[in-house]
Amino acid sequence: MNWLGRLLNRRRLDAELAKELDDHVNRQTAAYLEQGFTEEEARRKARLSFGGSGQIEEACLDARGTLWVERLLQDLRISLRLLRKSPVFTLTAIGTLALGIGANTAIFRLFDAVRLSVLPIPNPQQLAMVELADDTGSRGSRLSPYPALTNPVWERFRDTQQTFPAVMAWANSDFNIATSGENRFVRGLYVSGDFFRVLEVQPAMGRVFTIASDHRGCGLPGAVISHAFWQREFGGDPAILGRRLNLNYQRAEIIGVTAAGFTGLEVGRSFDVAVPICSQPVLQPIRSYLDGGTIWWLTMMGRMKPGQTLPSAGAQLRTMSPALFAASLPSNYPAENVKDYLKFKLTATPGGSGVSVLREQYSEPLLLLLATAGLVLLIACANLANLSLARSSARTHEFAVRLAIGASRGRLIQQLLTEGAVLAACGALLGLLLSMVMSRVLISSLGTEGAAPFVDTQLNGHMLAFTAGVACLTCILFGLTPAFQSTRSGAAEAMKTNGRTMSSGRERFGIRQILVVTQVALSLVLIVGALLFSGSLRNLLAVDAGFQQNGILVANIDFSRVSLPATERTAYKRNLMEQIQAIPGIASAAQVRFLPLSGGSNNNAVWLPNTSTPERHDVFFNSASNDYLRTMGVGLLSGRDFNEGDNVSSPRVAIVNQSFVRLLHLGANPIGSHFSRQPTPREPETSFEIVGVVKDTKYRSLRDESTPVAFLPIMQDPDPDPSMQAVIRSTSSLSGIASAIRSTAGQSSPRINVDFQVFGAVIQEGLRRDRLLAALSGFFGALAALIAAVGLYGVMSYVVVRRTSEIGLRMALGAGRGNILSLILRQAGLLLAIGLVVGTLLSLGVTGAAKSMLFGLKPHDPGSMLFGAALLTAITVAATYLPARRAAKLEPMKALREE
Amino acid sequence: MRTLDNTKSDIPQGTLDLLVLQIAGLGPIHGYAIAQRLQQVSRDVLQVQQGTLYPALHRLENKGYLAAEWKESETKREAKYYKLTAKGRKQLETETAKWARLTEAITLVLKLAEGEA
Repeated sequence: MNWLGRLLNRRRLDAELAKELDDHVNRQTAAYLEQGFTEEEARRKARLSFGGSGQIEEACLDARGTLWVERLLQDLRISLRLLRKSPVFTLTAIGTLALGIGANTAIFRLFDAVRLSVLPIPNPQQLAMVELADDTGSRGSRLSPYPALTNPVWERFRDTQQTFPAVMAWANSDFNIATSGENRFVRGLYVSGDFFRVLEVQPAMGRVFTIASDHRGCGLPGAVISHAFWQREFGGDPAILGRRLNLNYQRAEIIGVTAAGFTGLEVGRSFDVAVPICSQPVLQPIRSYLDGGTIWWLTMMGRMKPGQTLPSAGAQLRTMSPALFAASLPSNYPAENVKDYLKFKLTATPGGSGVSVLREQYSEPLLLLLATAGLVLLIACANLANLSLARSSARTHEFAVRLAIGASRGRLIQQLLTEGAVLAACGALLGLLLSMVMSRVLISSLGTEGAAPFVDTQLNGHMLAFTAGVACLTCILFGLTPAFQSTRSGAAEAMKTNGRTMSSGRERFGIRQILVVTQVALSLVLIVGALLFSGSLRNLLAVDAGFQQNGILVANIDFSRVSLPATERTAYKRNLMEQIQAIPGIASAAQVRFLPLSGGSNNNAVWLPNTSTPERHDVFFNSASNDYLRTMGVGLLSGRDFNEGDNVSSPRVAIVNQSFVRLLHLGANPIGSHFSRQPTPREPETSFEIVGVVKDTKYRSLRDESTPVAFLPIMQDPDPDPSMQAVIRSTSSLSGIASAIRSTAGQSSPRINVDFQVFGAVIQEGLRRDRLLAALSGFFGALAALIAAVGLYGVMSYVVVRRTSEIGLRMALGAGRGNILSLILRQAGLLLAIGLVVGTLLSLGVTGAAKSMLFGLKPHDPGSMLFGAALLTAITVAATYLPARRAAKLEPMKALREE
Repeated sequence: MRTLDNTKSDIPQGTLDLLVLQIAGLGPIHGYAIAQRLQQVSRDVLQVQQGTLYPALHRLENKGYLAAEWKESETKREAKYYKLTAKGRKQLETETAKWARLTEAITLVLKLAEGEA
């Protein structure tokens, strides 16, 4: 029978073997009987000549080839029994492992999804992104965080390209699906006709767009919704096709539902509703992007032929670029940049992993967190190794005996390793479950208000492999040490002396001490890391942004549905602002184009006119109404704020900040000076008079350093949108103010939409990454310190026990309690000192990696390292105190007599 | 009374396999009989220890060279009879050929040494 059969029929085969060998002995006995021996003698001689039946049996069992399985099962049984006998150790071990492995798996899962993932479409490696190789000199509005092109460029590309068998374009947008009242946004996509075909996404119900769906003037032919949205919003209604959906107050018919696996191309943002690109003017009547040669909003992608490579596609794209851009040059493109536009080249980059803002922002922190969690796991393993050593040192006697009577060392090690493997397996399973909870928490902490980013966190092969790998590693780390240690051949010595020799004191640097030193060193690294990140966060929060952060409400007012000619928009806005300012409780209110720290920005080149060689500088622009400075608490240093006198018929003015003044060398009194701004797609070259200078404020991020900014009066905006962003300062409750504003707007017209945000929350949003890093690194640092403390306590207790007779002797010879106390503390101090040195060296080596994420702190910040060392010292003293006290309280006679 | 000869020869494992296969090839036989036959045929030179014989039998059985069957023996009790399988017969042929080549080579070398002297 085959191997498996032999395994399963063990008992029967064992019986047969016994019978066979028995039979042999009987025959031999019979032979001796014939020779004239007595029954007894014959049997004895037969047995003797047969040899050790036990050994023969074992040799036969060995030959069967299933022995190792039987031994394994036996080891498992023994391990389980032993572990049950010491529940405290078992539970501690499994708990520690579960936490450590769980944390590692949770972070890895996120890292895997964000950084390593590949789109769930057929052959993602064939997907290529088509983007500008170099976008220097591109002018206009960039509406996408991803590489983007304009619609005229896309249409031309689509119609003339020969590089790919199929191409598509898309852009993301948020659609308001409310029918009235409060806005409710869903994640939308504008897609070209071939979008679903290129991605090979099938409809689960109905149909998806085709190339015919997307053409100019299509109106709103229909919407394709995602499977998840169908379930969430419509409860999986089987009669979904034909139902209507409100998109930005336009009715759209649902024509199809995509298959369940497809969630869009953005990692971290699933899609709910897709409409054709040609529907954009219908959904966003404020401005049509379709003819916008300076509106960069569409991401283009193509699917390569099998066998086609990115470089060859890129070469073809480069060749077609000159003609493409020459034909699509917008008429309003600023003259000085036309040559840049004509030099644009398209190139192909890998598109199989989709695009992701989440990836750019969080790749590095997640990697760092993974490393941190790994270190914590190492520390925990060191602890477990120490605990295991303590346990198995109690069994050294037993092992020595077993080794002496012939057990192989390998066999003993295998048995000990099995115990470790059982713990690791239980810890890993529990850890896997824990990781699901942990990663959910982690993901929600990555999300924006209201919606956590969508990250696919299903159990997958990567994760299981990772968990299994980590489990094996931990098992080896903490199982092998005691296994080797306890089965040393010198263990026989231990058996003889019973630990009573004075030489125990000389064994200063046994493996246990090394483990503790490792723990201390690694803990220092983690504590320093935690201190660095929380220090960085503290610095960010304490930064003087130049404006007030609290008590400010932001209102986004959209009156595009109130049919108003463009010329009346400015007056309408001013009217609305006056009504808002009249609301009781509002200290002041103003409009602003870009909210600070919100990510929006606008920059252009400026220079001083009337100089022989005008030096051009890039500065940032923002537009604001009167009272903006007062509302936001921005300090006016000289000159004046905007006022009623600044309107469309008066000269163009600007308020600049200190950095601007410094950059353009405007001197001590720039009021009255002029500067010129380069032509934009909307305006020709314009000259502005400086009427005020303000203190520097942060523009894009709290980490900004001296950003030069020029504020323009919003009333002089030549092309106002039918929407505005207002900032309102108030000392009363912001929600009360919000409803007051909403009713005021409602009185003006029921078709006005108002959306609110609290400015403070917007800022917190921008700091999300830093807060996450600080919180998690702090948590891990604390955990590491705790585990190290427990480890220290364990080792010092062990040291006291080992040196009990020595202590007794010292006391008998006259040492006082104080001397004993300091003796123990000195030993702990030695371990601590070595650990700190190693830890400091490690920190110096490792913290450099976090440089880009820190703010206001150098990675080798001495303050943090000193504080970390002090913290660990305090922990060591605390952990050693109890064992030391116990040592000092020993009775000399008892100690000497103790074994 | 027959005394047990003390000059037992230690048979290396590979060679023992070969001998066992040869004997089993002559007809179904149980372990004790194999030991006896070996001793008889080799005129008492080859006395295999049970400690090596039975593991060898089991190993050969697991490899598929021998097939075993429990049959009623002449003592009226059941005994385990081994016989050669087709696979075993092929192995026997291969091993016998190898052994022949080996002995031939060794003999040549030994003859050479004599000649030189």
